Amino acid sequence: MNQTIEFTLNGETMHYSVDVRQSLLELLRDELALTGTKEGCGVGECGACTVIVDGETVDSCIYLAVWADGKTLTTVEGLAAEDGSLSDVQTAYVQDGAVQCGFCIPGMVLSSTQFLEDNPTPTRPEIKRALSGNMCRCTGYQKIVDAVADVAEKRQENADIAPVKFTRHA
Amino acid sequence: MYDITGYHEADSLATIFKIIKADPKAKVIAGGTDVLVKARERKQDFIATQLIGITRIPEMQGITMAEDGTLSIGALSTFKQVEKDPLVQQYIPMLGEAVALVGGPQTRHVGTIGGNICNGATSADSAPTLFTYNAILEIHSEAGVKNVPIADFYKGAGWVDLEPGEILVRIKIAKADYEGYLGHYTKFAQRKALDIANLSCATLIKMAPDQTIADLRICFGVAAPTPIRMPQAEAFAKGQAINDATLKTIGKYCLADTNTRNSWRASKEYRDHLVQIIPARNILAALKEDQ
Repeated sequence: MNQTIEFTLNGETMHYSVDVRQSLLELLRDELALTGTKEGCGVGECGACTVIVDGETVDSCIYLAVWADGKTLTTVEGLAAEDGSLSDVQTAYVQDGAVQCGFCIPGMVLSSTQFLEDNPTPTRPEIKRALSGNMCRCTGYQKIVDAVADVAEKRQENADIAPVKFTRHA
Repeated sequence: MYDITGYHEADSLATIFKIIKADPKAKVIAGGTDVLVKARERKQDFIATQLIGITRIPEMQGITMAEDGTLSIGALSTFKQVEKDPLVQQYIPMLGEAVALVGGPQTRHVGTIGGNICNGATSADSAPTLFTYNAILEIHSEAGVKNVPIADFYKGAGWVDLEPGEILVRIKIAKADYEGYLGHYTKFAQRKALDIANLSCATLIKMAPDQTIADLRICFGVAAPTPIRMPQAEAFAKGQAINDATLKTIGKYCLADTNTRNSWRASKEYRDHLVQIIPARNILAALKEDQ
């Protein structure tokens, strides 16, 4: 029950024969050994399995693998540079102490990464809404929102845009 | 692995009709945010069946306006596409506000407005709004095209008037059903995201030049097995001025016309309380947003 599909995964063109019964999450973890994408609830309520498909985040647990045909995918493995240096979003998560157990973080980082592409000058409520499909049961979210705000500020400073200043959580 | 027996990516409506004619149990799937959840729960009719993917069918995409002002929303428009669409924002903003409250961003990126309706849930965030706009559902089958008012489409909890081989292609709203109306939608839930409404209410209001109510339309979700309009409250409201007495009476009539239930999300008493106060809040919010 296989179909051959073609897609771009983390910059690499793939031809792959997928079982039509498979979720994209199963394809990534079980076949391609990309275990950075986590399975949480399995029903699209927690966001741990978030990946980016054609510039939009999706829950890969309720997304059929065959749907990736013709699309461009980014998983958390695709964010760091080739030499292993972290992206600015990943770095900010580390520096802000936004990570506790870490299970939700790949999804959080992907949602943050795509959101900052779409909206380089976000407000704090916009950041919260952008991350509202990703559940974290450890952190209380404040440091995660801080990390995204930090990236936005730094990128604006680097681009010589008058940065939006965020109110920090105490 | 989902327990399905095959997957076809349909490229046209004719392909769907052909597959379903050969196998009436084949299930149509759009964004999958309901169908795959049900498949995983091993719900009857959602396992041991083949799936027909429909998200690449051209005539089911896009949001357009006809010459007579009728808005036409492709059933495969995702919640995000509806929310961000300029025609929706200009002419039927309440629909954009309602679908912005569905699940989380990931759900809104793939979930479709057509799927939201065909799934038949009374809690569907697009449904109360579409009821108040008197939406017409354009349903295609091999036999031809029929246009069904949305209120006639819902038959019971999770049960809509859609036979195998019938496909909801577009959702249409006539100019007379949106022009001059102000609206507000309330999703009353325990969280702001990733939740399902305890109770939801869409309210559309048109004011007369003398500041009385020219027309009022109210539809609740989760106040009955299907989304439900409020005929008594709507009839009463015509010609009334907006004051405390009018708003209280509207609430009383809503209580009479709804049929709430106890569930783990909320008690019947709580829902009955909300039924009486949310329409008034919506009316005031709609009028305030206009100022």
